[in-house]
Amino acid sequence: MNKKLLVIIGIIVILALVLVAVFSGRRESDTIKIGTIMSMSGVVSAYGIQTRDAIQMAIDEINAKGGVLGKKVELIAEDDEKNPEKTMNALIKLATKDKVAAIIGALTSDCTLAITKEAQQRNVLLITPTSTNDRVTEAGDLIFRSCFKDSFQGSIVAQFAIETLGAQKAAILYDMNNDYSTGLTKAFQDTFESLGGRMVAIESYAGGDKDFNAQITKIKAAAPDVLFIPDYYNTISLVIKQVRNQGLNVTMLGADGWDELTGQAGDEAIGSYFSNHYSPDADDPDVQEFVRKYRSRYNVTPNALAVLGYDATYILLEAIERAGTTDPQKVKVAMMQTDRKFVTGHIKFDEQRNPVKSVTMLKIVKGPDGKLTTEYVGQVNP
Amino acid sequence: MGVFQQILQQMINGLSLGSIYALLALGYTMVYGIVKLINFAHGDILMIGAFIGYFVLIKLGVTPGTLIVAFLISMPFCALLGVLMEKICYKPLRNAPRINALITAIGVSFFLENGARVLPVIGPNPRVFPTLPPVTHHLFGVGVSRVQIIIFAVAIGLMLVLNYIINYTKIGKAMRAVSFDKGASYLMGINVDRVISFTFALGSALAAAAGILFASAYPQVEPYMGIMPGLKAFIAAVLGGIGSIPGAMLGGFILGVAETLAKGFLSSQMADAIAFGLLIIILVVKPAGILGIPINEKV
Amino acid sequence: MQNERLKRTIISIILLVLVSVFLNVLVAMRIIDEYTTQVLTIGAINVIVALGLNLISGFTGQLALGHAGFMAVGAYTTAALVMKLGFPIFPAIFAGGLVSALFGFLIGLPTLRLRGDYLAIVTLGFGEIIRVIMINLAEITGGPAGLKGIPPFTNNFFWRPVVSFGIVYLFLVLVVFLISNLLKSSPGCAIVSIREDEIAANAMGINVFYYKMFAFTLSAFIAGLGGGLYAPFFGYLNPNMFTFLKSVEFLIIVVLGGMGNITGTVLAGFGLTYLQEFLRFLQDYRLVIYPLILIVLMLFQPSGLMGLFGNREFSLTGLAEQINQALFRKSPAEKAGDK
Repeated sequence: MNKKLLVIIGIIVILALVLVAVFSGRRESDTIKIGTIMSMSGVVSAYGIQTRDAIQMAIDEINAKGGVLGKKVELIAEDDEKNPEKTMNALIKLATKDKVAAIIGALTSDCTLAITKEAQQRNVLLITPTSTNDRVTEAGDLIFRSCFKDSFQGSIVAQFAIETLGAQKAAILYDMNNDYSTGLTKAFQDTFESLGGRMVAIESYAGGDKDFNAQITKIKAAAPDVLFIPDYYNTISLVIKQVRNQGLNVTMLGADGWDELTGQAGDEAIGSYFSNHYSPDADDPDVQEFVRKYRSRYNVTPNALAVLGYDATYILLEAIERAGTTDPQKVKVAMMQTDRKFVTGHIKFDEQRNPVKSVTMLKIVKGPDGKLTTEYVGQVNP
Repeated sequence: MGVFQQILQQMINGLSLGSIYALLALGYTMVYGIVKLINFAHGDILMIGAFIGYFVLIKLGVTPGTLIVAFLISMPFCALLGVLMEKICYKPLRNAPRINALITAIGVSFFLENGARVLPVIGPNPRVFPTLPPVTHHLFGVGVSRVQIIIFAVAIGLMLVLNYIINYTKIGKAMRAVSFDKGASYLMGINVDRVISFTFALGSALAAAAGILFASAYPQVEPYMGIMPGLKAFIAAVLGGIGSIPGAMLGGFILGVAETLAKGFLSSQMADAIAFGLLIIILVVKPAGILGIPINEKV
Repeated sequence: MQNERLKRTIISIILLVLVSVFLNVLVAMRIIDEYTTQVLTIGAINVIVALGLNLISGFTGQLALGHAGFMAVGAYTTAALVMKLGFPIFPAIFAGGLVSALFGFLIGLPTLRLRGDYLAIVTLGFGEIIRVIMINLAEITGGPAGLKGIPPFTNNFFWRPVVSFGIVYLFLVLVVFLISNLLKSSPGCAIVSIREDEIAANAMGINVFYYKMFAFTLSAFIAGLGGGLYAPFFGYLNPNMFTFLKSVEFLIIVVLGGMGNITGTVLAGFGLTYLQEFLRFLQDYRLVIYPLILIVLMLFQPSGLMGLFGNREFSLTGLAEQINQALFRKSPAEKAGDK
């Protein structure tokens, strides 16, 4: 009986503590609150944490220069665990409890797609730095993004394959479980065929697969000029090895998911091309400055998603400053006036609230130090 | 490339994959034969074995010699881990309802995966497993890579060793006895606890070897890498007849070839579905598996 | 005696209605804020699916690891029927449950004849395959990018959380009622006897396979209902929301609350869903704590939290009885909630 009583009392105490914790956290402060929903745990946590850090860095820089509308900016970061359900919870919490002025997020397209309609209905302005799925901004006029969309990137790569590489026959190997990969595949195929090229093989695998030999054998039999592999670098490094192991000498093409490939792949990646959001080129002072600041603060080299998060923060806060208020309906108008060069390039929004910006094509080459590096090939403007 | 050559090439790819499944399936089948437990964590032992191989090879560089060192360090370590796992998590539950042991096994599996994720030396990001430079031999227009040859050689070698242990040593005899009737073996003076520990050690060592081979073939290591091979190996074990050692080997090869042929000639989307479909068919048609002996459950 | 029983039933119904109305009024007045309502609604759906899992794993003793898959089947069926064929929402939810039950039936047919372990691995495989299938049926499911714009329970923005909560809560009450009454019936006793000793049950003339099939199909039906409720409530579905991890979360709810205990599942389901919102600062360590909970419980407290209370169930009629006695002072209140 006593044990039971103790347990009951224990549960009541815990519940009480939780309730106190919930209700005590409320204090009004004279700051502009910006929410961010990032995947800080789960399979893509490495990206989520870097992007969150970059957003925080941008906000600290702006605060150091006096903040926005004369107020300090406060970042409230929520973790969505790369789970759409948790993303929705985070959105409702940020919108109703924290009453944020705007939200930067989410990281992945599936999480962002889950909340765009809700954000629009709740009159919350949302800018996603990294969700490339075409349908993200469909939900309404408060939903923005600061990266280019899949279909745009896929068709640019196809255009590059035909016009610059002179390819006639193309093959694709893609991850059917991943909307990023399927989106790029469709766009590449459409553009490649409409420009007179021929698709000779379209093979797929399921995310997490390690063995692509069967698909590669099939692709080899079709003898393509180029092989487009739209996936993230950790899968790509495996695919490329198996491609070369089978003696398939084909030019490989990729997209922004290849961003960190040079750190992961071996010599077999040399001579491949991929598109990216920006060129980590020595010439661009903005990029150099960002990388230097980020490195000195967090001790790691930022990836492309972190740069996008950084830009998204500046785009949003500058729009709030221009609007002179945090009212989403006014900020939205100010957002559309964005027109300057950011770290990832010159950004303007089209009427679908997607940024109009150029795609950078990079080639993987061997650097003077014997390590793989990228070489700037050219920019394709929309 | 002709159709015949394509089929031959896919067969070679499949046999290479299948021998890894077979090594892993042996662990499932031995443990199941003795304690009647599906050790869900078996696939994660593969992951840990691969990571130990990774650290050894990073430290020493990759040569055929260091590859052997990697096996020699990784296999005993995982054997020890297997024994510990059994002593801490499964032994106390030996007389509990079976569902409790199964749930614990799921827990152990999850714990190993996610423990590896949060461990700073491993972490969530995939790493590139160091490999020997790729060499491909061509025979009749079909390519066989050096990695594939190493996989065949190591897998067949280990299976021969295992076969010797089980059939020609005292402890092997004891394992067969315990698997046949635990109570009677105990009465005959066999130290059942020790035999069970030995079985876990043996199975885990094989899984560690499979881990290094798997990572050499698909040169990437990450905490969740053991899940899919683990599931497939379980299917292979059921296919061959769970509890039967030659059955596990056969099942592994069959599954590897079937999967690769399915990917190559049917649909790569459905390869996993085909593996599980095979499992369902076996359960319907011949639940004891190809080489298994049906046993009626007694009180 | 008849009179007593009637009185007790009436009091319990009144209690149930009072509690329901009270909760819904709190939600409607935004005393329970929107965020908490959202979490509570998700919690209630989790409890529904976990109750389905408890029926097969807790009460029948057969481990199933694919309830996220059944939930996905229910959710996508409901969404497809509403969006493509214009079904009204409630028949669509039931259809979701039925289709899920059909899948359960088809999976159970080959596997439940055999030893329980096979069910674990086949359901695990099912959970993974169903995801692959959903991804490939892009016409209906939207593929890997997910399915957007599922019509909600109501289009009124202000009332939506309230209506969603109310409907889900109602279904939860129905499912609890269904399972607790089933367990008191003769099929229920047969099911529990299979858990206790399959061979003995068989020897006593219980058709073990039949009752296993019955429990598993019903379990899949309930999980499908949970999914069917989830689709209009959440408005967005993605195959990758229904992973193995999700199935394991349901299992943790069942094990934590106590296998074969309805009260435990309800408490653990709400508790765990709510706690997850607070434990987020743990980040990835959370994923280490979950399996530890499973292992430690299995080793030291296999009967879960409710095992601490003698594995008893909360009983509405028991409570009603006490109130009855307190009100009408028939006899001194001695017995607390019956078993």
